[in-house]
Parts: sequence; C-alpha cells; structure tokens
Amino acid sequence: MTKTTTSATQTATTPWEPKIVGILCYWCTYAGADLAGSSRLKQAPNVRVVRVPCSGRIDPLFVLRAFARGADAVLVSGCHPGDCHYSKGNYYCRRRLSVFKRLLEFIGIPKERFRVHWISAAEGQQFAQVVNTMTEEVRRLGPFRWQEAAGAAAQQGIAGR
Amino acid sequence: MARTGVFVCHCGTNIAKTVVCEQVAQAARAMPGVVYATDYRYICSAPGQQLIQEAIRDQNLDSVVVASCSPRLHEPTFRRCVEEAGLNPYLMEMANIREQCSWVHDDQALATAKAIALVRAAVAKVQRNEPLFSEQLPLTKRALVLGGGIAGIQAALDIADAGYEVLLVERSPSIGGHMAQFDKTFPTLDCAACILTPKMVDAASHPNIRLLTWSELESVQGYVGNFEVTIRQKARYVDAELCIGCAECWVRCPVKNVPAEFDEGLGPRTAIYVPFPQAVPLVPVIDKEHCRYLTEGKCGVCAKRCPKDCIRYDDEDKLSTEQVGALVVATGFDVEKGALYGEYGYGQYENVITGLEFERLVNLSGPTEGKVLRPSDQQPPQTVVFVQCAGSRDPAKGVPYCSRVCCMYTAKQVLLLKEKHPETDVYVFYLDIRAGGKNYEEFVQRVQDEFGAKYIRGRPSAIFPSGDKLVVRGADTMLGLPVEVEADLVVLASPILAREDAKDVARKLGLDTDQHSFFTEAHPKLRPAETLTAGVYLAGGCQFAKDIPDAVASAGAAAAKVVGLFAKDSLESEPMIAEVDEASCVGCLNCLEVCPFTAIEEKQIEDPRTKQVRTVASVNAAICEGCGTCAAACPSKCITVKGFKDSQLLAAIDILAV
Repeated sequence: MTKTTTSATQTATTPWEPKIVGILCYWCTYAGADLAGSSRLKQAPNVRVVRVPCSGRIDPLFVLRAFARGADAVLVSGCHPGDCHYSKGNYYCRRRLSVFKRLLEFIGIPKERFRVHWISAAEGQQFAQVVNTMTEEVRRLGPFRWQEAAGAAAQQGIAGR
Repeated sequence: MARTGVFVCHCGTNIAKTVVCEQVAQAARAMPGVVYATDYRYICSAPGQQLIQEAIRDQNLDSVVVASCSPRLHEPTFRRCVEEAGLNPYLMEMANIREQCSWVHDDQALATAKAIALVRAAVAKVQRNEPLFSEQLPLTKRALVLGGGIAGIQAALDIADAGYEVLLVERSPSIGGHMAQFDKTFPTLDCAACILTPKMVDAASHPNIRLLTWSELESVQGYVGNFEVTIRQKARYVDAELCIGCAECWVRCPVKNVPAEFDEGLGPRTAIYVPFPQAVPLVPVIDKEHCRYLTEGKCGVCAKRCPKDCIRYDDEDKLSTEQVGALVVATGFDVEKGALYGEYGYGQYENVITGLEFERLVNLSGPTEGKVLRPSDQQPPQTVVFVQCAGSRDPAKGVPYCSRVCCMYTAKQVLLLKEKHPETDVYVFYLDIRAGGKNYEEFVQRVQDEFGAKYIRGRPSAIFPSGDKLVVRGADTMLGLPVEVEADLVVLASPILAREDAKDVARKLGLDTDQHSFFTEAHPKLRPAETLTAGVYLAGGCQFAKDIPDAVASAGAAAAKVVGLFAKDSLESEPMIAEVDEASCVGCLNCLEVCPFTAIEEKQIEDPRTKQVRTVASVNAAICEGCGTCAAACPSKCITVKGFKDSQLLAAIDILAV
C-alpha cells in the first residue's frame, strides 16, 4: 500500500511504513527505551519519540495533533501507577487519557491506533516488545486516513439516530 | 531569523555504523533556520565540544542541536558546553540517535531517515525555546527537628555540630523517646540509659540547640529554605527557668497512683512528675487531669514545698512562631498493646505482657526495681514463654510486615532474665530468627547455647489459664508435634506500629504516608532520608521499624541532607518549571488542585486594565518540580512548563507525525 501524500522521507513510490509518534515520560519509559538501546534490543524504526517530563504533562491535544498531521498511531507511555517520579502525574494522565480514548473512538480513531502503556526504566525488554508488536499491528491496520475515518464515524452517528 | 547549528556525532562506530552521519548533516543544512551543520567522531570529547563553541562564535549561532547519545547521558555536558560559549544552556536540544536509533535498528536507510526526522524535530523545538535562568531564593539556615528520641537527638547534634541552629521539639516532658525505656540493648548489652543520657545532656547543653519539650508542632507554612512553623509549648505549670530539679515537689505530691506512661502503665507516678529520673530537662510537669489543685482547688503542697517558688498554677499554653529552613521528622513509633490476637489473652490475663512492658520490669528504674515478677502476684516466674511474631507478618491482622527488632530484643530479654534468674525455664516460640545485623546472629546463638533457652519453631494457637499458671498451646513444626507449656509469665513480641497520629503530622507537613502510616521517603533505596516535600527529611522509626544502629545512621543521613542544603548561600530554583500567564488566567485553580507538590498558590492581583482585584494562580519557584500536570489540566492553556511548552512540543510532534 502506498500513501498518496508525500513527506520528507517517503515518496509516492516507496512502500508505506507505519508512522508512530511516541510521547514518553522522561524518567521511566524514556529511560526504559534507552535501556533497550544499551541492551541492543532490535526494534522496528517506526516509532519516533517526543519526550515530556511526566506523562501528566500530556495534553490530549498532542495526541489529536499527531493524528491530524499524519501519524498512523500514537503511543503514550509513563511510569507505572504508584511509581510516578513526580508522585501523582501519571494518575492524572491515566484518567485523562482513558476518557479521551472514548472520544477518539467517537470521532473515528480506532482504539488500536492509540496505546497507553506503563513502562518503567528497568523494562527495556517490554519497551522493545511494545514497539515491535504495535508496529506490526498498525501495519496490518494500514495507513490512517483521518478524512475517511471521520466521515465513516459521522455516517455511523447519523445512521444510529 | 533563527541561526541554528546542528552537530551530528558518529560516536566512533556506535552511531556511524547504522546511521549515515554525513547524510544527516547534509539534510540538516536544508532545514529551515539551520545555518551550520557538521558531523564529528566524538562530539562529547574536548575537541568535539570546542567545535561547537567555535561554531557558536564564528557562525553567531543562537541555538544548537546535538544529534548523539541519550540526553540522559550528556545533556548536562552540552548545556555546560554552550553556556561557556556564551549561549543560554536551555537553547540546546539533543536528538537521541544512538540508544533510540542506531543501536536498535538494522536497516541503514530507515535508521538514517529516522535520525533525520528526529533532528528535524529537535531543530523545530529548539527554535521555539527561550533562554531560561535560575532564580536565587533566600535560605534560613536553621533547622527544626520534630521528635526527641535517639534519632531526633542524633540529627540535632549532627546539624548543630556543623554550626547551624537547631530547634528540637519534643511532645513529652523529656527527650529520650522509647530508647530511654529499654534496659540493655542488643547485641552489645550496653545499658540504654547509659549511652543515651550523655547524648541527651549534649543536646540540652549544645550552644546551637534549643530544646522545647512538652511542646507540639501546631502548623507549618512556607517551603524549603523558608518555613514558618508555629509551636505550641503546653502549660507545664512549672517555671523551667527557675526549677533546679530538686524533687521536693514530686516526692511530696499526694496523688501517687496515676499509671505511669513511661512504665507502660505497670507502675504509678505522681500528678506532678518527671517521666524518669534522668529526664532532660529535669523539670517536672503537672498532669492537669490528676492534680488536686488544678481539678478541685485543694492541696497546693508542691507550691508550698518548692524552694525556688517555681510552681505556676495559672500557666497557659504558649504559641510561638519560628523561621526555619529545613525540617527533620523524627517522631518515632509505637508498640502495639498486645491485643491483636484475642487467643493470647492480653488484657484478659494479667500475666500476659508485651515486650516493652517486660523491658520496664527488667529495668532497674522500673516499677519492680529490675526484678522480673508476675504482675498478678508479684512472684518471680518459674517458667517464662516468649512469643515472637505476635501480630507481625499477619496480613489478616493488618500488619503484613516484619517488625525487624523483635527476634533480637526477645533474645536479649531472655538473656537478661536468665542472668538475673538462672533457674527460670525459658521457651521462645518463633517462626523465623531474623538476626541480620553485625554480631546479631552470634548473639542469638549464644542465648540458645550458653543460656539454655529453648527455641521452639511454631506459633502458639492459644493461651489459657490453668490454676494460677497459663498454658501456652502451640506446635513444634520441626518435630511435627503439638506442644503445651505451662507458663507463669508470657511475653508477646507485639508489632511495631506507626504513631497513632502519624497521619495528622503528615498532613501538617504535606507528607505522604503508606498504608501503615509510616512516612514515605522520596525513594525507598536511593533517597531514604528525604521526602517528596523539599526541605523535609526523615529520621528513625517514623519511616519504618528499625533498630538503634539504623536509627542513628538514618539520623546522620537526614542531618547530612540538611547541612548540604545549608551549605549553599541561597537556593537556586530549577528553571524548567511552571509559569502562569496572569493575563489569561481565570483563577479556576484547577492547577492548584492537581499539583503533586502543592507548589501552586492563590494570588490576588490588580488587573492592569480594569483595575479590579482578581484571583490568579501563582507558582512557587522553590517547590515546583516542572512535571507539567498543571499545564495539561489548565482549561485556559495559560500555565505551562518552561522548556516543555505546548508550542515547543507540538512543533516536534508536527515533524514526527508527517
């Protein structure tokens, strides 16, 4: 499958690769990702990371923006509940994003494309596994076309009335 | 117009093997705002850093991107590097193209493409970064130690010896804590009072320590370096300045039957009293519930007898406010009263007592002058049974943890008993022997071998009377047989608990407690003496059950943190913290609600345009840790984290999502 839009790294002729934006908390998951790196655990190169100080910093707007700009999937990950470096930030993240997931589905973004994980600084293995599994699943789902998905969801909404 | 410099590191072959660095640098040159881009073998090396510094000067760079290893490794290095070249250190961003790229991908083309994307995102972000500066905050170099047990005393002495003023606040009439109640201590058999009282006297006479006994912490305001504490000095009814501790008053007091707290209720005290003879300060207090003068207006013997005219029946609680820079919480622990297992009959049978009560019996200054006698008939017991784990390690009783000290103090108590009464038959029912300290195991072995105590591995299921004895029914699991021992006295090693009011103290200080009300440390392994509230430290049993060596060590650790704090001239605030745009803040204070550090306050401002007074949020730069929970919670988007603003993060996301 090829994407019709062009980007800095892909042209209309290169095969489509899932584009996953990762928003990771600096103290746990980012460190876990670094550990996966030091351990040389091979991962698919499809996840590009933005770091934040705490998963509590993550505004749902960031997730929406990633999809709007062309991401096929978004991964959010932070410290395990109870282990937040800033004590409670991840609790707020968890609540905020679990409500937000429902909204995403409503507007046509399937929940398989938005994953929230809790990965600690010691869990390099888990991080590599999440990256690889998620990349494969998104590859199976295909590229995300917002216009189509939003249109379909709207149709469903109208039909359901 | 931005003037960004991009530096791509080979890191030897670590990056260069998989990512084509020259290609990344070339792509960088074409990125908007990038006026200089190069690649180099080892950018963190001295010549590598020089390369960056020269480029900053020669190319007049206003921002720098280093594409190399993880920022967790070298962010401080490169921040320092650009700062030395005259660029604000927060105008430097890193792109992690090693740990999260070259080390984990095989395909060179895909890895290089990813590296270019990461660099592009870092460029977009750094071009939206602003210069950030630390604030200098004032620092009061005085400490308050809450709790005058061995941990509090040690912390106070360590801080005072370092040259700083300390206020030592203790709620009972004397410092000393639980350690003052012990007889001899394991494993050295040092007499507790003999090693404690010199420290108590040191604390009282130290020029830098001010002792406030019979006092409570009323409230705490402020933040690290700038706490305002209110202390309640309870009415003593005795003038402490004049009192010489001559004992005329408490010897003459006609009320002689108040159960003494210090003796765990096993012996009496008077209404005007010092808790124990070596009390520091040696100034009595009047128990207003039991004093005849204060309750009925009769008596007044102490006032008549006092040679220095120190009695003040009209005394009142006094509230005072002090400024301190740091707080050490050393409020200690409690020992459970033995009633967790109804089957053991504590409270029902007089001759079932707790370990702490036994300590008072065997201690020379205790209610029986050091003779171990049965509470029921004051006769020496022929057979004594000690029961370890009488409540600890039982989730069903709400105490899933091990109380840490009971195996050792039980062995010690057996030794002391056998020393005084060698003919006594002693049995110890145990589940495990936890003797993990220096010379601890040897001590327990000695008690078993030399002193002939019989250790039975098994737990008693019931204790019931038989005549004037108590039958302890249990099991010897090593032999696989049931066991019954007819005892004259049973000693229960009941659990170490947090203080009853630990949660109240925690609330006053903004501290967290765990489900057992022990105070929560900042990190259980790496930061045991600190809390998540900057400037508040922990020492001793209030953090968890511990023996005296550990309590003293933890006090030293807390004191070291305080001294480290005070060693600076002022506090430097962390620059990447939250910031409020007061113009758009509506004062909903959602941010205040969610902040894990209570770093946000309500502030009244005069609106520059309308001149009306309105509420806005205000960030305390000394406490804010920059997590950004407030920023995500703000409905007006007017609070953000410097260095992680929406505009900066979205710029990066925009690039990476395309």
